[in-house]
Amino acid sequence: MAGYTESELAKDLENQEYKFGFVTDIESDTVPIGLNEDIIRLISEKKEEPEWLLEYRLKAFSIWKEMTEPEWAHVHYQKPDFQAIAYYSAPKQTKKYESWDDVDPEMKETMKKLGISMEEQQRLTGVAVDFVMDSVSVATSFKEKLGELGVIFCSFSDAVQNHPELVRKYMGSVVPMTDNFYAALNAAVFTDGSFCYIPKGVRCPMELSTYFRINAGGTGQFERTLVVADEGSYVSYLEGCTAPQRDENQLHAAVVELIAMDHAEIKYSTVQNWYPGDKEGKGGIFNFVTKRGMCDSHAKISWTQVETGSAVTWKYPSCILKGDYSIGEFYSVAVTNNYQQADTGTKMIHLGKHTKSTIISKGISAGKSQNSYRGLVQINKGAHHARNFSQCDSLLMTDECGAHTFPYIECKNPTAKIEHEATTSKIGEDQLFYCMQRGISEEKAISLIVNGYCKEVLNQLPMEFAVEAQKLLAISLEGSVG
Amino acid sequence: MIKIENLHASIDGKEILKGLNLEVKAGEIHAIMGPNGAGKSTLASVLAGREDYEVTAGSIDFDGTDLLELSTEDRAREGLFLAFQYPVEIPGVSNINFLRTALNEIREYKGQAQISAKEFMAMVREKSAIVELDSKLASRAVNEGFSGGEKKRNEIFQMAMLEPKLAVLDETDSGLDIDALRIVANGVNTLKSDQNATIVITHYQRLLDYIIPDFVHVLYDGRIVMTGTKELALELEEKGYDWIKESIDA
Repeated sequence: MAGYTESELAKDLENQEYKFGFVTDIESDTVPIGLNEDIIRLISEKKEEPEWLLEYRLKAFSIWKEMTEPEWAHVHYQKPDFQAIAYYSAPKQTKKYESWDDVDPEMKETMKKLGISMEEQQRLTGVAVDFVMDSVSVATSFKEKLGELGVIFCSFSDAVQNHPELVRKYMGSVVPMTDNFYAALNAAVFTDGSFCYIPKGVRCPMELSTYFRINAGGTGQFERTLVVADEGSYVSYLEGCTAPQRDENQLHAAVVELIAMDHAEIKYSTVQNWYPGDKEGKGGIFNFVTKRGMCDSHAKISWTQVETGSAVTWKYPSCILKGDYSIGEFYSVAVTNNYQQADTGTKMIHLGKHTKSTIISKGISAGKSQNSYRGLVQINKGAHHARNFSQCDSLLMTDECGAHTFPYIECKNPTAKIEHEATTSKIGEDQLFYCMQRGISEEKAISLIVNGYCKEVLNQLPMEFAVEAQKLLAISLEGSVG
Repeated sequence: MIKIENLHASIDGKEILKGLNLEVKAGEIHAIMGPNGAGKSTLASVLAGREDYEVTAGSIDFDGTDLLELSTEDRAREGLFLAFQYPVEIPGVSNINFLRTALNEIREYKGQAQISAKEFMAMVREKSAIVELDSKLASRAVNEGFSGGEKKRNEIFQMAMLEPKLAVLDETDSGLDIDALRIVANGVNTLKSDQNATIVITHYQRLLDYIIPDFVHVLYDGRIVMTGTKELALELEEKGYDWIKESIDA
């Protein structure tokens, strides 16, 4: 009998292999392991950075040295040895690519495996991709069209070279180097990332997309992303990640800063599928990310994330609602399996009047994983008539996993309206049986039910990304059934 | 169509079906009646392949196939449909998506091509009219926020879409007002052909005013203890089940 019990489901989930675990064999240019001032100077020199940026890095390093790793999150892991990491790794190449044809065929192959071949992207989807492979951007498309509108979309290093005034003005303005341990570390050693600037009143005509990928073994990746939307502009930004299979834990500590000026809107979507470790919980990426956006008046920032990967995730995309009538949104699906641990959520800081925030969080726990939602809604004194709605749902796939919700609410203004809803449910035998009685296989039934459960979040993603997200959910939860 | 012989089934070690025999031929409608706890819903669950139930003895031949060897989904794909007593809600999954997935899985099983979107939508329009199901309900999430009557109509709508060989209606009349009952019954009658068969499990004779059975069986203590025509249903309605219990237990 091919009946399907939850314990069988649990077993199947444990047995799945990471589908994107492959290593591209490209010679890498890696600096010696360890972290000290000399290494930082070396990174800065390799990247031909201006003096002010080197000073910024060194200052961050001196602050970081005095800090300790935070321990409040509901995660347990072997702390990384920061002296055992190589802080810079770039594919070795003497000259930059003139055109797409010049790009290393093997690198193209990597992109193909990721399902994001540039040709296809360009032709079919109208997505401009800034592909970051081990810290150095190798290809950028649609630059001309964006250029006509005055949109700047380039690697962070290019922005430092070509738009230093913008970088200098906004870098660290939302996430200061003193913010937290990992943000300070990132400020000291960040290698590359993306930079995006949308001029006043411009509606960016295409989704901007960057695929990050950690490739060389033992290389921590410290990305830095800065998106600046000038008054009345609009941009939708996509970020997706996969990484090859590794035995030792890899550290990832990114910083993302968003700035939405008056009446501007930024939609920032993430699909994250980093190597989560094997079924015994060995290996996998440590993902300690600081993401934050600042809204001026009438501005709006939406964070949408689908998190399926990483061994340990520590991530709270946040909005500072500084301007009156500004809006912050957070839509999240976090899947944990085997021994994965996720402590993720958001912070909505209401400063301006009539500010509004929405939080929709969907956690799915399988295997022996631990999945926590941690959110803060803070209404400050001057935030008259602020409103928040939070909904945190947890779906349990097995008896051995855990779901936790830590909602913090701080309200200092009596005119605020705050609503919080939370549910925890187990995937229903009845639902599975109902689907199967209609001829639907257990695998597809789980996929249907889970996608239905996450629908409110998936609906926020741009079409092509939503498809990818559904595939990831399928891979993460029922890929090996049968 | 289906031949059940000496079926014994238990749940949590407790035997519910104790040697049930039943044969249904194509083109026939059979009603199964009986008091609470007789094993009516157990029979429906065992036929559909619910794994909580253990079949300890007996056989079920379904149109030449050993039904008990098939998984739940393969039984459905072979043409067995169960209209649930308590249809399940699946939040966030539209009826349309659900049915298209089901239909395509069945087609794939039979080696047929996927149904085109156009063809599918035409079918939805045609079949939803049979049970007077508002087309809005077809695009809503499966049974979510449906009234009791809408859920039962949705079951018959799904049955119309999937075109099963054998439909088992488990207490489909429970919780229905007289108008909904007529609509549901009308749907079942419309779908009747000489190629398919229906087993109607019910408590009350009422439904059988609308769905006229060829045979009425009384299920008691895990066995079919009496078989007759629709007049038997009327007799049961009038006299209750006690006289049967007494004659069996004696």
